[in-house]
Amino acid sequence: MTQYLIRRILGAVIVMWAVATLVFFMLRAVPGDPVSAMLFDLGDASAVAQLRAKFGLDQPIYVQYFKWFMLLLHGDLGNSIYGSRVAVSRIVLEALPRTLSLASLSFLIAVVIAVPAGIISAVRRYSKLDHTVTVIAFLGLSMPDFWVGIVLIIVFASHLQWLPAIGYAPLSQGLWPWLSHLILPAIAVGTAFSAIIARMIRSSMLEVLKTEYVSVARAKGLMQWRVILVHALPNALIPVITVMGIALALLMAGTVVVENVFAIKGLGRVLIGGILNRDYPVVQGAILVVSAIFVFANLIVDVLYTVIDPRIRLD
Amino acid sequence: MSDLVQPVAADEEAEFISRARRSAQWRAFFLRDKKALIGIIILTVLVIAAVFAPIVAPYDPNGMDFSFMLPPSLAHPLGTDDLGRDLLSRLVYGTRISLFVGLSTVAIALAVGVFLGLVAGYFGGFVDTVIMRYIDLQWAFPNFIIAVYLVAVFGTGLSNVIVAISLAYVDDFARLTRGMVLSIKQEQYVDAARTLGASEWRIMWRHILPNAVAPLIVQATVSVSYAILAEASLSFLGLGVEADTPTWGLILADARSFFSRAWWLGVFPGVFIMVTVLSINFLGDALRDLFDVREVKDAG
Repeated sequence: MTQYLIRRILGAVIVMWAVATLVFFMLRAVPGDPVSAMLFDLGDASAVAQLRAKFGLDQPIYVQYFKWFMLLLHGDLGNSIYGSRVAVSRIVLEALPRTLSLASLSFLIAVVIAVPAGIISAVRRYSKLDHTVTVIAFLGLSMPDFWVGIVLIIVFASHLQWLPAIGYAPLSQGLWPWLSHLILPAIAVGTAFSAIIARMIRSSMLEVLKTEYVSVARAKGLMQWRVILVHALPNALIPVITVMGIALALLMAGTVVVENVFAIKGLGRVLIGGILNRDYPVVQGAILVVSAIFVFANLIVDVLYTVIDPRIRLD
Repeated sequence: MSDLVQPVAADEEAEFISRARRSAQWRAFFLRDKKALIGIIILTVLVIAAVFAPIVAPYDPNGMDFSFMLPPSLAHPLGTDDLGRDLLSRLVYGTRISLFVGLSTVAIALAVGVFLGLVAGYFGGFVDTVIMRYIDLQWAFPNFIIAVYLVAVFGTGLSNVIVAISLAYVDDFARLTRGMVLSIKQEQYVDAARTLGASEWRIMWRHILPNAVAPLIVQATVSVSYAILAEASLSFLGLGVEADTPTWGLILADARSFFSRAWWLGVFPGVFIMVTVLSINFLGDALRDLFDVREVKDAG
């Protein structure tokens, strides 16, 4: 187990290094120059040259890469090229709890809806209820997450005025302000995720219900709910967890878009804002942190998988 | 002489029967699977609307007048926007962009991904390692995020968006193809072809690829729906097509400040996206059942 863990962590570190390097070189290969962006494309040649020298952009690319990488190892992501030149690490640290709050609440809502829906669908296979769940799941997968957000804003914020339409309140301001700002975006992000999980649980539950140990449990005269929840469900969840990495990725991608609908200044908004402003240090930093979240989430899913299913052999 | 004629006739007959059986299979497929039928009908309507947009759309999609933000009515079935443009006409023109982006990106991703997967799986060794290291790296991230990263590098605009989304989906096709190639490579008919002196490329294109087609078709269908969603999301975020192009995502983005006063601007573009993606998903699901394909990556 320890060996497996070390190998996986090493793998994750290498992936992060590869991403960092790719991002560094690709952003420097683009035609748009950050310095001209900084001067709003108005600066004359000498001003541009001066600024380039100031930021070390006149040095050979490998020197720049080495310097940048050294700073990165110290957690220094550079500064935004706009305004008061705030440190990117600070921007990212401020954004991180917002994104994590939204992602975890979406996850929670999605699972709470998907698990019962999937179980009922499997147990009452081909019933009206199963067909209804299937249709809803298909709809959930087909609706763009940002549009779900827009419709929720129109209904619950504009017309009913039950919940705030935009913004974010930190948890320190109390549970309700935090929750009330996050419910709508969390539903928007979680819809597609929930649909996927429900479909997966349905199909894997159907497999498990066919197995002999479920028949045995039934033959022993156990209650239906006990057979399903205690005997079938834990084994039905194993294949669901294997694909959880992919599903979590979807959840994060949804977060990036939906933050922009609800004006939540999370990582997604920082990333998109950075791209629109050609603020390369910010884009770079946001990409690295978003990527780190994926790599870390996948790592946890893999490890969790081996813990949950003792039949898995690590080599 | 009659001995020689006989087998040819039998051959033709066999081919005729197999062709008839295949078309009967397809007919049965659409009749049995209502989802497939619904999907095909809606998609046909959308394709017709896209191709004949100038005839289908009741107004000029960019024509402005003083009929600002009118709710749906007989004159404007889906209402008008803040500049007095007819929403239905804009959405009909948007169908062109969405379908074009969806199909072209998947075509590019399919071509590049299948090529990489085929080469990696067939030749193995160093080539395989180099290709798959990159593909695995990309696999660690959701396609949409890759597309956002690539737009950050290439910049916005229709052609950049197409390139970004295509590249973002290459890993799905490369992995799928490679997996198929690795198992098909072991089949005896591949050995037989090699024994008969077929070249490497001939074996790959004529013997291995045709046997990997079914899962690729299913993956491609599903990917079209994700590519359409990706384009809409990018356009909505301002990372998509040029600002005055009528696309579904951009129409939604433009209407952002008016949702509370004009709900139709927020609702109908999304309905277009949803219906399109839904019918493609229906079709993909039915094809998956038809070909009995499992384990196709199911997430954007």
